[in-house]
Amino acid sequence: MNKIKLTTPLTDEIIESLKSGDQVLISGVIYTGRDAAHLRLVKSIEHGEALPFDVAGQIIYYVGPAPAKPDQVIGSCGPTTSYRMDDLTVPLLKLGLKGMIGKGSRNQTVIDGMKKHKAIYFAAIGGAGALIANSVKESTVIAYEDLGTEAIRKLVVEELPAIVVIDAEGSNLYETERAKYQKKY
Amino acid sequence: MRAINVSEIREAVMKMCMDMNYYIGADIQNAFEHNLEKEESPIGKAILLDLIENAKIAGEKQVPICQDTGMIVAFVEVGQEVMLTGGGISDAINEGIRKGYGEGYLRKSVVTDPLLRQNSKDNTPGVIYYDIVDGDQVKIKLAAKGFGSENMSRSKMLKPSDGIDGVEAFVVETVSLAGPNPCPPIVVGVGIGGTIDKAAQIAKKALMRDLDSVSRYEHIRALEERLLEQINALGIGPQGLGGSTTALGVNVEIYPTHIAGLPVVVNINCHASRHLETVI
Repeated sequence: MNKIKLTTPLTDEIIESLKSGDQVLISGVIYTGRDAAHLRLVKSIEHGEALPFDVAGQIIYYVGPAPAKPDQVIGSCGPTTSYRMDDLTVPLLKLGLKGMIGKGSRNQTVIDGMKKHKAIYFAAIGGAGALIANSVKESTVIAYEDLGTEAIRKLVVEELPAIVVIDAEGSNLYETERAKYQKKY
Repeated sequence: MRAINVSEIREAVMKMCMDMNYYIGADIQNAFEHNLEKEESPIGKAILLDLIENAKIAGEKQVPICQDTGMIVAFVEVGQEVMLTGGGISDAINEGIRKGYGEGYLRKSVVTDPLLRQNSKDNTPGVIYYDIVDGDQVKIKLAAKGFGSENMSRSKMLKPSDGIDGVEAFVVETVSLAGPNPCPPIVVGVGIGGTIDKAAQIAKKALMRDLDSVSRYEHIRALEERLLEQINALGIGPQGLGGSTTALGVNVEIYPTHIAGLPVVVNINCHASRHLETVI
């Protein structure tokens, strides 16, 4: 299958062109954020404070990287499970977040939010952290340094491989593909 | 009595922490290759190929297979003819974890209090179980347990009348509900019997058996085979994106239980099933 090359930031036009099942290669700037960072981001939004980066048009990658060895840009950095961010996602979509990279299911609230605000949920391969690290060219902590691996990092990535799991119409590859291979026992 | 200095235990733990995070187990590697031939889904095949490539990169560069380098679970068997010298054994194990995760560039994923959630910054403490056994050796079995899969684990106190069918239904339901979340293809550890805590402990022990190991009970071997077939008929596939490779293996451990009970714990592991053992 042909892989679609994407460069951040993402526009609504790009979002609408992507369909569940598309394999993509993402280049440009993306931001890391997982459990503890999401709690802080949403708290900031609730208090009307500025966020450490402008989320409009951007992608957040749910990852807590391993430490970089001296000759590395970043340590192994595969996706973490996304559902833990479900209750903390819609406020970011409202501010224009266009993409999330993670692994595993999202709840209906997130999917409705993605349809309403036009966003994509991508999956990267969970447990392929050493391979994925090859796509990361720069990594800089930009916020919440005290959180260690959970700090927000600005990454520059080149052709990071991912797959569109849930598109902006709500079509969900986890459901459609599983149904194809389910067998009667 | 045989004297063993706990510094030997510390060094062994340090080395295992690094090695199990860098080098994939031969059983998992074989299972990837075996399932690659059988997998029907093109996406599933592509993912298995990427996982094989990932393991190769990790081993060559000595970097972790997965960024979630886990929380350490240790099963320690201490021979009753052993005299431990040079300090406390638990301190030595935790010192080994501290050194292994620090010097090995492994992620520190442990918080000191589950509610206050301050990172301990050195991945200690581990979860340590001790058994006193015959002999003059110390055997340390170590797992680096990732939590994407740990979070998908479940327990249930079944009724004795639910029997083996009830156990099977609960295990398959647990894997089905977990879906794509625990990084399939997974390894499934099942503990049946004992008390609720004992069932959880032996489920974890089941995950530390190699995939090619064999239960000594015939009815358990048959149960493991049936469970694997049913789980792989769910269609979840690699990463939950469809296919026949949902689990690489199912290991079941049992323990005597009470006339009124049938405790079951399903402990799930991701494909990065990291465990090693050392005998001193």
